[in-house]
Amino acid sequence: MHSESLKRHIPVLLLDGVKLVKTIRFGKNIYLGDPINAVKIFNDKGADELIILDINSSKHKKGIQWNLLQDIASEAFMPLSYGGGISEFSQAKKLFSIGFEKIILNTHVFDNTELISSISKVFGSQSVVVCIDYKKNLFGKNFVFINSGRKKTTKTPQVWAEEVVNYGAGEIILQSIDNDGTWDGYDIDMIKQIVPRVTVPVIPLGGCGIRKHFIDAFTNGAHAVAAGSYFVFTGKEKGILINYNI
Amino acid sequence: MNIKIIDYGLGNLNSVKNILKKIGYNDVAISNSALELNQADFFVLPGVGSFDSGILSLKSMEGFNVLKKKVIIDKTPILGICLGMQLLGIDSEEGKEKGLGWLNFSCKRFDSTQTRKVPHMGWNYVDLFDKDYLIKTSQRYYFVHSYYCPENTHNNSNEENSLKWMTTEYDGINFISAVKQDNIMGVQFHPEKSHKYGMDFFKNILDNYA
Repeated sequence: MHSESLKRHIPVLLLDGVKLVKTIRFGKNIYLGDPINAVKIFNDKGADELIILDINSSKHKKGIQWNLLQDIASEAFMPLSYGGGISEFSQAKKLFSIGFEKIILNTHVFDNTELISSISKVFGSQSVVVCIDYKKNLFGKNFVFINSGRKKTTKTPQVWAEEVVNYGAGEIILQSIDNDGTWDGYDIDMIKQIVPRVTVPVIPLGGCGIRKHFIDAFTNGAHAVAAGSYFVFTGKEKGILINYNI
Repeated sequence: MNIKIIDYGLGNLNSVKNILKKIGYNDVAISNSALELNQADFFVLPGVGSFDSGILSLKSMEGFNVLKKKVIIDKTPILGICLGMQLLGIDSEEGKEKGLGWLNFSCKRFDSTQTRKVPHMGWNYVDLFDKDYLIKTSQRYYFVHSYYCPENTHNNSNEENSLKWMTTEYDGINFISAVKQDNIMGVQFHPEKSHKYGMDFFKNILDNYA
């Protein structure tokens, strides 16, 4: 029995164009360097998986950075997921062919759920991840946001999670905008609400600061954990050091 | 040694080529042409996707008959990965089509439960059956699949050319994660996505045939 090994710890690399960056609460944007270098380091450290998210695609319509992604795919010897600006079946198909295992859908499927089902029917639901970004309003109620956190929708994460799974999503990344880059821990409350509602793996993202945060997330039902700041900085307000301290 | 990665339209072809390059195997090409497949000393059959589209694409590939002759008659070694392994078998619950039938097994779908999510996605261990083949020690690899080959399907005798396998457990279900009969091999996991463990795996096999 090796159930421990099924718990994945996934570094998240944020791209702004071809630059590696990090954000806090989806706001302030810090430049980190060259993505290929980061990928090589995670390779050597044996990272379970890597998530690449382009925060620029939807915002500025710059499109998917195909050349960079091709380089990343040929450098990485672990499973890769990519998200950012995917709005068409043909883009998903191309991503799979260049070596990505999974594609992450967000903004564009909010009004086009058919994209989820069409990709999962052909490539399998295990290849389709939906990322749900959410934030609390003034009254403390959580709502789903799209367009890199700039546009509020009227759906709650709980409702949207169930819907996307029905359309064929094989995994859900649950990203707390409020916790992003804060090092204060995952939104355990939301994890506990989403996990019982869906039959697919739920992966929290946003707020991880110490190892104990991973453990808390797993204890409360997360199947894998994702983190950005934790794997690229030595600590809150501290220097850059790409690590894989799981 | 000339290695050909079979291009039948499905699978992580470049990732396989790159990891082989990383461990020093440079005479590697991705192909489906009869002429090129005929030159192979070793085949890799990758695969990501559904059973029916896989077997139909494979059978309609230009070099399919050459592949069959090389594997069955010339005994050229072949390694199937993930869907590639499943296609070596008889059939699968995933599709209506028959597989290649080169290995005697069938695939079923994992039942999803609250603890057993489908697909089986993540790192898991392959449990050693026989230290003399395929995998040298109990090791972890990356899996992502919704269909599996059950453990109890067939006899696992010690005869020279009989079907031999290794298993992995996923939430109470033991399935075949590595299989070999003579020159025909298959692994359910993705060695090309299992970084250093995958590199060791490829090295172990290829060094045997080089």
